[in-house]
Amino acid sequence: MAFLEFQNISKTFDGIPAVDDASLEIRKGEIFSLLGPSGCGKTTLLRMCAGFERPNAGRIILNGTDITDLPPNERRVNTIFQSYALFPHLTIFENIAFGLRVARKPDVQVREEVEKMLQIMQLKGHEQKKPHQISGGQKQRVAIARALANKPEILLLDEPLAALDLKLRQRMLVELDAIHDEVGITFIMVTHDQTEAMGISDRIAVMNRGKIQQVGRPAEIYETPLTSFVAAFIGDTNFFVGQVAPAEDADYCTLRIEGFDPVLCFNDKKLQPGQTAYVSVRPEKFRIHTEVPEGHSRLNVLRGKVTDVIYEGGHTDYWVDGPGGYRISVTRSHQRFGLDEAPITWGADVWLSWHADDGYMLEQYREDDEGLLRLPSPADASLLTELPDES
Amino acid sequence: MKADPVRRERLVEVFLTAPGFVWLLLFFLLPTFNVLLISFRPSTLTGGIGEGWTLDTLQQLRNPDYPGILFRTLWVSLAITVSCLLLSVPVAYFLARCSQRWKTRLLLLIMIPFLTNFIIRVFAWKVILHPEGWLASVLAFAGLIPPGTQLLYNVRAVILVSVYTYLPFALLPVYAVAEKFDFALMEAAMDLGCNRIQAFFRVFVPGISRGLWTATLLVLIPNLGAYVVPDIVGGHSSSMLGNVIVRRLFSDRNLPHAAGLSSVLTVLVLLPMIVVILHRRRREAH
Repeated sequence: MAFLEFQNISKTFDGIPAVDDASLEIRKGEIFSLLGPSGCGKTTLLRMCAGFERPNAGRIILNGTDITDLPPNERRVNTIFQSYALFPHLTIFENIAFGLRVARKPDVQVREEVEKMLQIMQLKGHEQKKPHQISGGQKQRVAIARALANKPEILLLDEPLAALDLKLRQRMLVELDAIHDEVGITFIMVTHDQTEAMGISDRIAVMNRGKIQQVGRPAEIYETPLTSFVAAFIGDTNFFVGQVAPAEDADYCTLRIEGFDPVLCFNDKKLQPGQTAYVSVRPEKFRIHTEVPEGHSRLNVLRGKVTDVIYEGGHTDYWVDGPGGYRISVTRSHQRFGLDEAPITWGADVWLSWHADDGYMLEQYREDDEGLLRLPSPADASLLTELPDES
Repeated sequence: MKADPVRRERLVEVFLTAPGFVWLLLFFLLPTFNVLLISFRPSTLTGGIGEGWTLDTLQQLRNPDYPGILFRTLWVSLAITVSCLLLSVPVAYFLARCSQRWKTRLLLLIMIPFLTNFIIRVFAWKVILHPEGWLASVLAFAGLIPPGTQLLYNVRAVILVSVYTYLPFALLPVYAVAEKFDFALMEAAMDLGCNRIQAFFRVFVPGISRGLWTATLLVLIPNLGAYVVPDIVGGHSSSMLGNVIVRRLFSDRNLPHAAGLSSVLTVLVLLPMIVVILHRRRREAH
């Protein structure tokens, strides 16, 4: 049974929908991330869970009880705010003790609990300081300690790492994971950073325009995106559009893509011949060859010309002009010593191959989502290539 | 020789702040000191200041009426200050939570009455509080007071009108701080188990304490020396120290006596200021 359940939640602000008929089930003890661009409704969903907003429609069920209309102070749920919202007039000790003091816990117990939290969060020696006297990472830990001191059933984290610099962010991510292992309660985290979400979460809900696009484990979200938004927002990808034609194997279909040889694609959506299919192929799923690759029945091959090479050390990104006006993003990871082979450079004629199982058919495709891709649109690209001629 | 940049900076600093210091010295510190000196001069029959030095004024200050007036001045001023704070905190909270459009409009509404002359506004209260004025009539009609009750010429009238007069001086500094208050802190407090009222007192009020102290100084100090409001809407039984100073100065034409009372008042005003400043220092040192 789901531990926390959002049932058909909708919320509008001044008539503009922020969350639109969202349903979610979150399991006890997991780290669950709400991932999406700013304005997608993820924070609103979190704030409804904390009790700061009431949904216009739908129910929120925690552990079998309906908490939709409970005020924040009557929910056993605590929040880590994006700005941490530490009380500036109180010491670190009193900040952590705040919830216990409000609950009128005896002084001895307060002292004991706060000491324990200071210990876990490595804040010993800072207890008499004021929030403005400690660093960002320490503030973050105080905020977590302050929330956990109340023994919540769920910890809500609103962009917990956004205010930290990159190095600290990576460290805090590991620390958050360790804290989760230690306390074992359910974490719900809001983030717009996909690496953050992928790295720490047991499951992720990807949101866009107030709607939940897909829920699943990080690998499921990455490998089998349901919509073009998920495919483009999480990592990078290439979209292809084609007409479905039958294939020998019933689990597969042949796609007729403009300018391409027939492309074999896994047909888990059971599309019928004649229908339009949208396929996402991740850059690292392609193999790049300088000669015609040895084919087999499930391998798709196309010819193209390299237009850009970005060497990143561990891997190289290639942009390849393929048939049909497609610009294809390809990533090749360097698993062996790279200096003893002839490099693939700008203008090289190459062959790209990918396995029929590595292209994933989308359920829903919106052209706008191409804007999320790393690859510039052909219009921008032509501008770029014209530049050297002018000088 | 190269100019020492630190020294140069210091020189610039002195140069820039000097006019302000000179102003304070000429128009504040020296006159205050002068008033203190005059209280040790003899008075003359023509209302001037005599030659030589005397402790006569100190003797005169042992007037049996003065302790009562002093005590009244203190408690009335405190009552006005506390009332102003009690009114301005919730108003500032409300204003700070308003949308930007309404903030400006409502602030303007608060400020507009103060474009009218102060004396006229105080006189207007005389009309309102008059036994035949509308307030007395309404209260009498509602059976809250017997008809013909005199609402004017007592301490309550002085407090009421002073609170009305000084409310913006409390509201503006409190609002200025409240406007910058991070309301996520209120949410954090509620998240940690406070209801709205607990969050208000545990987080919002401490959060605007700077504004509260400023408001306290701005309301308390002028009221300790007030004489216009008690003179117009107060009666003989509600004279404040300011009224006595005016009487000594213009009726008795005893300049040293008035100066002596003024010096007492100056000390009275300085005391709360010193307390507030020390309190702030202590807080900032923490």
